[in-house]
Amino acid sequence: MLKDEDRIFKNLYNDRSSDINSAILRGDWTKTKEIFSKGKEWIINEIKTSELRGRGGAGFPTGLKWSFAPKEVGSRPHYLVINADESEPGTCKDRDILRFEPQKLIEGCLIASYAVNAHVCYVYIRGEYFNEGQRLQKAIDEAYEKNLIGKNAAGTGWDFDIHIHYGAGAYICGEETALLESLEGKKGQPRLKPPFPALVGLYGCPTIINNVETIAVVPTILRKGGKWFASLGKPKNTGTKIFCISGNVNKPCNVEEEMGVPLKELIEKHAGGVIGGWDNLKAVIPGGSSMPLLPKDICETVTMDFDSLINNKSGLGTAGVVVINKDQDIIKCMARIARFYKHESCGQCTPCREGSGWMWRMLERMAKGEASKEEVEMLMDVTKQIEGHTICAFGEGSSWPVQGLIRHFKKEIMERNNFKPIINKDRKIPYLVDQHLLDK
Amino acid sequence: MSLKKVSKEQPDKFEFSKENLILAEKLIQKYPKEKKQSAVMPLLYLIQKQNDNWIPLVAMKYLAKYLNMPYIKVYEVATFYSMYNLAPVGNYFVQVCTTTPCMIRGAYKIIEACKEKISSKENELSKNKKCSWIEVECLGACINAPMMQINNDYYEDLDKDKALKIFEKILNDEKPEPGSYRGRKNSEPENNRTTLMDLNNA
Repeated sequence: MLKDEDRIFKNLYNDRSSDINSAILRGDWTKTKEIFSKGKEWIINEIKTSELRGRGGAGFPTGLKWSFAPKEVGSRPHYLVINADESEPGTCKDRDILRFEPQKLIEGCLIASYAVNAHVCYVYIRGEYFNEGQRLQKAIDEAYEKNLIGKNAAGTGWDFDIHIHYGAGAYICGEETALLESLEGKKGQPRLKPPFPALVGLYGCPTIINNVETIAVVPTILRKGGKWFASLGKPKNTGTKIFCISGNVNKPCNVEEEMGVPLKELIEKHAGGVIGGWDNLKAVIPGGSSMPLLPKDICETVTMDFDSLINNKSGLGTAGVVVINKDQDIIKCMARIARFYKHESCGQCTPCREGSGWMWRMLERMAKGEASKEEVEMLMDVTKQIEGHTICAFGEGSSWPVQGLIRHFKKEIMERNNFKPIINKDRKIPYLVDQHLLDK
Repeated sequence: MSLKKVSKEQPDKFEFSKENLILAEKLIQKYPKEKKQSAVMPLLYLIQKQNDNWIPLVAMKYLAKYLNMPYIKVYEVATFYSMYNLAPVGNYFVQVCTTTPCMIRGAYKIIEACKEKISSKENELSKNKKCSWIEVECLGACINAPMMQINNDYYEDLDKDKALKIFEKILNDEKPEPGSYRGRKNSEPENNRTTLMDLNNA
């Protein structure tokens, strides 16, 4: 288990206050000037040494992302954008950083903006986190008062401004290009990539977008050294991570642990075990609702890091662990997730807009036992038609959980659903053709 | 993409109040000079706040002129995002999360409580016209499930009885205390903690 001194977020539960003075006592804003004096190259290299991977879900190496920003500022200014649009079901880690460790985020923003040549940073917070945004605004005001940000921020000679922009209840705005559209005052529909935001982002200018947790760990990494961070966890899956353990556990909680911690240890040790005991475990969604669920036998041994979860055909995502026990109807649980995606699809790409509703309706029927056995294959096919055929990763996010359900619980769906196919006559008609027209 | 009903009854006029005009100018200054359109979202919030928590069409037209952008672009934004109310809601606007992590901890019991206490249907004002409720998607407080939001505040670790008590209060125009209703501290595990044991190192 991770030692308390190696934990980055020491005020995760707000034992002390989140105000700037107690944050400084905890070590924030120390040596900031010294870090700056070592230069941009050193900062980016140190982050590369730490092997920090983005904490927003995709796990892209942060140092590499920063190095994509143009080295010299041309005619267009650079921007840093922080993604605090935390909406993935099962995830609530950024909320606690915004509430209780805002100075870590602000200091991280200053350092990151220096590394990528930006003087302005926007923090995009989901609209529902109004109070959390107010807390962050208060922290920003405090930092301005102490001249830690603003003109000549923290005595480094770097001018830096930070603004909060509230979202308004659209999950899709957590997708980086949709977030940029939203910041520009449009509806949040993702952009085609390339061009990537690092070159053409906010207002057509080079923009680096990072998750809250990614940026908040940066100052500590630079103070303690990239090697220290890399020594925690596993190779290529280094450092610490806030895990959110929710669902049918005795003590749902946020906890900062080493990457690669066994899932069973997270649930049994930190979250007080599954309600009804470990044997009552049905399945676990390991990384927020977009990641395919894992049945009990995999949960026994799997470790929580990017690579080992990919090897088990799932993913770490945002590390929102949703525990589902045998008292729940697993098909109903997934149908509710499908409804979430149907509600949140931005409507831009046809496969996602139509397919997400299709998946939801089929799963609702399957939960009630009103589907035919053939439809299970059909549902799988629908997910395959969505996956990889949309502009953004929402297509994968909505179809993977359904695929996970079919992969591990096909037998259960089959046992429950015995309806006769609606059309018996000509089985060769592909289902994508309008069946009712053909019938006549 | 959410489906939203635009209110049938619409006022004829909308203008920012004096204080809000000053606030609006401040908000616009967050963005580069030639990118005023970026302020459309914060200004829609401002309208919503000024106009009893909903946005009439005439206000969108007003905002379009104010930001020098086409009306339809404002309309597009106002209808795309689910937090902009296009029809009147209660002074106490209850949003109950029912996405899976809340659902498996009994969120639909809270919905029952809403139906019993506030109104039998979503988006319908209570008898005293003070409250309305709606089912929403994940509000991002999953470890404190089941939970709901009333106006800006989160009410966490609920069950049906606790929700009923909260609704009783808001129906009497009293503001209930936000936060956890099982008396736990933020997002820490209840009873025995396993990490950050030594408060002095915090």
